[in-house]
Amino acid sequence: MTAHGPVAGPEAAGGAPPVLTVDALSKTYPLPGGGRLTAADAIGFTVPRGGSLGIVGESGSGKTTVARMLVGLVRPDAGTVTVDGRARPARPARGRAARLARAREIQMVFQDPYVSLDPRLTGRQCLLTALRLHGASGAAAEEKAERLLGQVGLGSREGAARPHALSGGQRQRLAIARALAVEPRVLVLDEAVAALDVSIQAQILQLLGEVRRETGVALVFVSHDLAVVRHITEATLVMRRGTVVEQGPTRSVLAAPVTPYTRALLAAVPRPGWDPAAALRAAAPDTP
Amino acid sequence: MTDTHGHRPAAGAQPAAGARMPSARAEQPGAEPAPAGSAAAEPEAAARGASGGAEPLLDIVGLGLELPGAARPLLADVSLRVRPGEVVGLVGESGSGKSTTAKAALALFPDGARPTGEVRVAGTDVLALRGEALRAHRARTVAMVHQDPRAALNPVRRVGDFLTERLALAGFAGNRAAVRGRAVELLAEVGLPDPARRLRQRPHELSGGMLQRVVIAGALAVGPRLLLADEATSALDVTTQAEILDLLRTVRREHGTGLLFITHDLQLAAAYCDRVLVMYAGRLVEHRPAEALFTDPRHPYTRGLLECSPTLDEAAAGVRPIPGRPPSLADAFPGCPFTARCPGAEPECERWQPRPVPLPGDGMAACRRLAEYEPDGAESGGADAGTDARGAAAGAEGVERAGADPSPGPVAVSAPARRDAAPGPVSGTTEGGAG
Ligand code: SF4
Ligand code: SF4
Repeated sequence: MTAHGPVAGPEAAGGAPPVLTVDALSKTYPLPGGGRLTAADAIGFTVPRGGSLGIVGESGSGKTTVARMLVGLVRPDAGTVTVDGRARPARPARGRAARLARAREIQMVFQDPYVSLDPRLTGRQCLLTALRLHGASGAAAEEKAERLLGQVGLGSREGAARPHALSGGQRQRLAIARALAVEPRVLVLDEAVAALDVSIQAQILQLLGEVRRETGVALVFVSHDLAVVRHITEATLVMRRGTVVEQGPTRSVLAAPVTPYTRALLAAVPRPGWDPAAALRAAAPDTP
Repeated sequence: MTDTHGHRPAAGAQPAAGARMPSARAEQPGAEPAPAGSAAAEPEAAARGASGGAEPLLDIVGLGLELPGAARPLLADVSLRVRPGEVVGLVGESGSGKSTTAKAALALFPDGARPTGEVRVAGTDVLALRGEALRAHRARTVAMVHQDPRAALNPVRRVGDFLTERLALAGFAGNRAAVRGRAVELLAEVGLPDPARRLRQRPHELSGGMLQRVVIAGALAVGPRLLLADEATSALDVTTQAEILDLLRTVRREHGTGLLFITHDLQLAAAYCDRVLVMYAGRLVEHRPAEALFTDPRHPYTRGLLECSPTLDEAAAGVRPIPGRPPSLADAFPGCPFTARCPGAEPECERWQPRPVPLPGDGMAACRRLAEYEPDGAESGGADAGTDARGAAAGAEGVERAGADPSPGPVAVSAPARRDAAPGPVSGTTEGGAG
C-alpha cells in the first residue's frame, strides 16, 4: 500500500481503478422527539481490487449503517456506491437477473451467521443452492461446492451437517463460503469475527487473508476491534456519530493518529502496563 | 445480586430478619486488606503452598465437577484463591469452565452435577450451605456482574426499584427517605451523573455502560466481600470498558472487595489483573502474576492464545491461529487435553495426567515438557516435573530456546513450525513466512 493521502485507494499508486467507490453516502433517521439523527454523513472511500478497508468505531458511530448501505439493506438518503465503475441503483433491484447481478457485486457476512444461513440446508446444499441460482449446474456446481468447502477449511463431515450442528467458527466459515460462491467483487464483513473464540477468530482472519489473495475479492471490514483491523486492513476509516473523524492507511492511522478521538480509542485498548484510569485521563480533555 | 443466570435462582427478595446494617463500609473484612494499589499485592505460589497474607475471600481447592453423560468432567482439579483487594483473572475460551468455576463461589452448579473438593468464601464452606444460609450467602456475601446488564434488570421497573430491592435484600433498615438517600449515594459512587434523576429512569433509557454501573451499584448495595465479574465489560465499547474497569478498581480499593475477573480476553486480563489463571477443557493450565504472562508465558496454550490475539503493536508478528477448536464436553482426554492442538505434543502427552508444575518465582503451568524449556533448568520443577519430563527431555534440555533449529522446538513458539497453514501475517503485506 503506497497511498499516504487521506483517501484509501490506489490513485496514489496510479494503478487500476478501484473496485469499490463510495461517494458522499448519507443517512439520517427521524428522532422520536423531533429532529434527525445523522447515522452517516457524506462518507466516501475507495477500495482497490484485492484491497482491504477497515471501518472502525464504537456503538452509535454509524459503521454498521454504512455497511448496510453498501449491500443495500439500508437505502441511503444521498450518495453513491459504485462497483467496477457501475453505480448501484439506490432502489432494490427489480427482476431476477438484476438481483443476481447485484448479488455478485457485493456480499455480506454478519456477526451471527445464523441470520444468513437456512437452518434446513446442510452446508453443501446451502452452497449448491447459491451456485445454482447463479447459473452453475450439475457436476460443475457440485465440484465448485466441494472446492469452496475446502477453501474455507470445512471437511466433508461439516459439509453434510446443518448449521445447528456446526460450531460458531464452522458456521462463520460456511457463511464466508456462501458469500464467495457467487464470486462477489466485494465482501463486507460486519463484526464477522467478534463473537468467535480467540483461537477461532485467528483462523478466520487467516482464512480471509488467503481468500483475498486467491480470489482478489476486496474486503470492507467493519469492526470495533482496532487490533483486528490493524491485522487485516490496509486502509482505515474511523467513524464517530455518523462522521469520519480520520481516514488513511491503517498503519499511520493506528500508529500516528491525528485526531483526539482516535487517540482516545487507542489509549483504551488494554496492553502491558495499561492503566484504565490513565487511559481515561488521556481521553478526557478532548472527548466530551 | 439477583441471579438471573444461575441454574438455581436465588430465593426471592426476602429480607432476612435481623440482618446486619449493610453499609458497605461496615462490611469491610476485618483483616487489613492487602494494599490494593500495589499490583502484585499477594502473588500466591502456584502450588498453593504460600500461606500468610489476609485470609482468602475465595478459596477453591481441588474442585471437580462431573456431569452425568458428559465425556469428561466439567471441572477437574481447579484450585484458586482471591484475597481481599485482589483482582484475579480467570481466562479461557468457550467451554473452558471459567464461568462454571466462578459460579461455584455461589454454589450454583448445573443440574445433576456433582461437585467434589472445597469451595470456601470468607472461611465459609459453601458446598455445605443449605436453605436460608445458602440464600443469605448468595444474596449478600458474593455478587456477580454479568456481560449483559439488561438481563439483570427488569425492563419495566425503575432503577430506583432495583436498588431498593437490593437494599432490602441486604437488610438495609430505614424509612423510604433513607433508602432513597442510600440509593442516590450508590449511584453517585459508581459515577452516574445526576443520580437522583436516574432513580426514576427505566433500563431502556440508559446506555449499556450506564446500566452496567447500575448493576455494580446494586452489587455494592449488599456490601459483598467478593465480586465476580463474568465478561462484565466484553459487550462494551473500549472507552466504556476502561471506565467500568476503573470503577471496579476503585471499588476493590475502597471496600477491600476481592474481584474474580472472568474473561475470554487474555490481553485484557494480563493488563488489568494482579494474577491470571488460564483454563482449558475444565482445567487450569497456567497460573502467573499478570506481567509474567506477557513477558514469559509458559504453557503452550497460553503462548498460543497470545500469538493468535491481534495486537496494536507494530513489531508484533502476524496472528498465528491455534489449529483445531476448543474442546466440547463430548471430547474426552486420557492425558493432556491440549495434545491435539499443541505444537509441542509428543505421544507421551496423550497419557500424561496433567498436574500443576511449579515455576520458579511464582506460578505454575500444567505441561509435562515445561522443564525442558527452563532457561537454566535446575530449580524449575523439582522432583515432580523432573521425573515427568525425563523421558522426553533426553538431551533437549535448554537448547531449543536458542531457536536455531525449529524442528523439534515446539514450545519455542517463535519457530514457525506449525502444522497448519503458513504463519505469514494475515494482512498479506509482508509475505515471506519468516514470522
Ligand atoms: S443465492 Fe445468495 S447471493 Fe445469490 S441472490 Fe440468493 S441470497 Fe443473494
Ligand atoms: S507439551 Fe504435551 S503436556 Fe505440554 S501442553 Fe503440549 S501436549 Fe500438553
